[in-house]
Amino acid sequence: MGNSLFYFLAFVALLSALGVVFAKNPMHSVLFLILTFFAISGHYLMLNAQFLAAVNIIVYAGAIMVLFLFVVMFLNLNADTEPNKSGLAKVAGAIAGGMLLLVLIAALRNVNPVGADAASFDSQIGMVNRLGLVLYRQYLVPFELASVLFLVAMVGSVMLGKREAGERNF
Amino acid sequence: MDLSALTSLVISWQSLVILAVFGITLLIATYSTYAERVVAAFLQDRVGPDRAGPYGLLQPLADAVKLFTKEEFFPAGSNRALFVFGPCLAMTTALMASAVIPFGNTLLLNNGDVVRLQAIEVNIGMLYVFGVVSLGVYGLMIGGWASNNKFSLLGAIRAAAQAVSYELAMGMALIALLMVTGTLSLQKIALQQYDGLWNIVYQPLGFIIFIVCAFAETNRTPFDLPECETELVGGYHTEYSSMKMGLYLFAEYINVFVASAVMSTLYFGGFSFPGEHLLYNSLTSSQGELFAHNVVTILGTVVLFAKIFFFIFFFMWVRWTLPRFRYDQLMRLGWTMLFPLAILNIILTGAFILFFGSKAPKLDVSKEAAPTEIRTVARR
Repeated sequence: MGNSLFYFLAFVALLSALGVVFAKNPMHSVLFLILTFFAISGHYLMLNAQFLAAVNIIVYAGAIMVLFLFVVMFLNLNADTEPNKSGLAKVAGAIAGGMLLLVLIAALRNVNPVGADAASFDSQIGMVNRLGLVLYRQYLVPFELASVLFLVAMVGSVMLGKREAGERNF
Repeated sequence: MDLSALTSLVISWQSLVILAVFGITLLIATYSTYAERVVAAFLQDRVGPDRAGPYGLLQPLADAVKLFTKEEFFPAGSNRALFVFGPCLAMTTALMASAVIPFGNTLLLNNGDVVRLQAIEVNIGMLYVFGVVSLGVYGLMIGGWASNNKFSLLGAIRAAAQAVSYELAMGMALIALLMVTGTLSLQKIALQQYDGLWNIVYQPLGFIIFIVCAFAETNRTPFDLPECETELVGGYHTEYSSMKMGLYLFAEYINVFVASAVMSTLYFGGFSFPGEHLLYNSLTSSQGELFAHNVVTILGTVVLFAKIFFFIFFFMWVRWTLPRFRYDQLMRLGWTMLFPLAILNIILTGAFILFFGSKAPKLDVSKEAAPTEIRTVARR
């Protein structure tokens, strides 16, 4: 059952990822991307990484993609209104995509796919308390720095949204 | 999993619990529509629904018949597939959240089996609820966009901005609660309050932030700007008719039920009630441990539903009492009031734990972490 579930999730992930690229309507692209995130979260669950799966859904599917959808709605992007890309942009896009493919192939060419050893594998590795121990002991400083960065971003948005003295919008 | 394991899973007690949770969620949402009208009528000194059945109790049925038999209308230029998909998604995400809520402690069977009164127990329950809540806005957004109507689109955009803004404060309120409890599992949080004080004592500010955000996330008045009739006709569901409209309305009531259940579980002791230990001890001495445990569990479930009904009533009470906010007021409240308050709450909680110690169980790092308990221990 585990195997077939893996193949199903991998199939959904790849198919919806292709859908993101090939969909004509930006709205459909965004929805396919959300589906891709769900498939990836399914993979995390199969690796027993519950925290990662939940956070992936909350942050990517729940917040970032809502903003993507928001922008698509606001700009009213449609297949009809999309201007044709110039030839130069197409060539540049093809070259950039090709380079990425090249780098990925070069990086993955010599990888020896080893599965986890069933005897020594720690099934609790993805649990929240394990993750917390690693984050707050081994990687305390980078973790705290990242937290401060997020806090600054959030406080910054509040400050930008605050009404200036004497300003009136109504 | 082979076939025999599958069949034993299907007919096990636990699967009955799953079905019951699903059915009760739908039933309560159905009668919330009736309760809403009765509460509205009471607050406005009217009679309210009294035609269908005794005291109008069959009103939800009459509504369903009406919604099902109405014409299904597709606006011109709408995206048909997404137009149908929107209400489906709203309903699906609303129903998903009640799966992890513990509606009671465990029932002990004669043969030694333990039945949890909770559909599924995951040790990231709080994150699961939060994730499902954050997905709830997609149904509104997709439906509003697919309607090809400016009012619907504005409603959808409002829903998205509102949901993202209030999720932030809600998440921060939950972080403070997590610092107190030390676990993400809803059942463990409920059991902690079973033995100790309710979390509202430790997190009064966090609860206020949470309940305000819950109003915003469920799109209830005073934060129902996405469907603000005075400005947007009907908001995101302007173009909807028939049962698709019904699904949107229904999803809102399910969300109210789930929000009430989550608030009761996280802050108001879940299935615990005052005097339960006394009752348990006296019943144990007279009737035996098994009977005492089951009686206390069933009473706890009844008490939990009483708490949930109170919060549902509170949602309705507020709806028919307070006027609607203006959209810029809503945004300002979310970002410049609730968000700083939530950060302050985290700092206060942290300081409190630092000076007075925590009731959360200390994580023993010298030992290997114990494997997750699948079968919850009934009682010490």
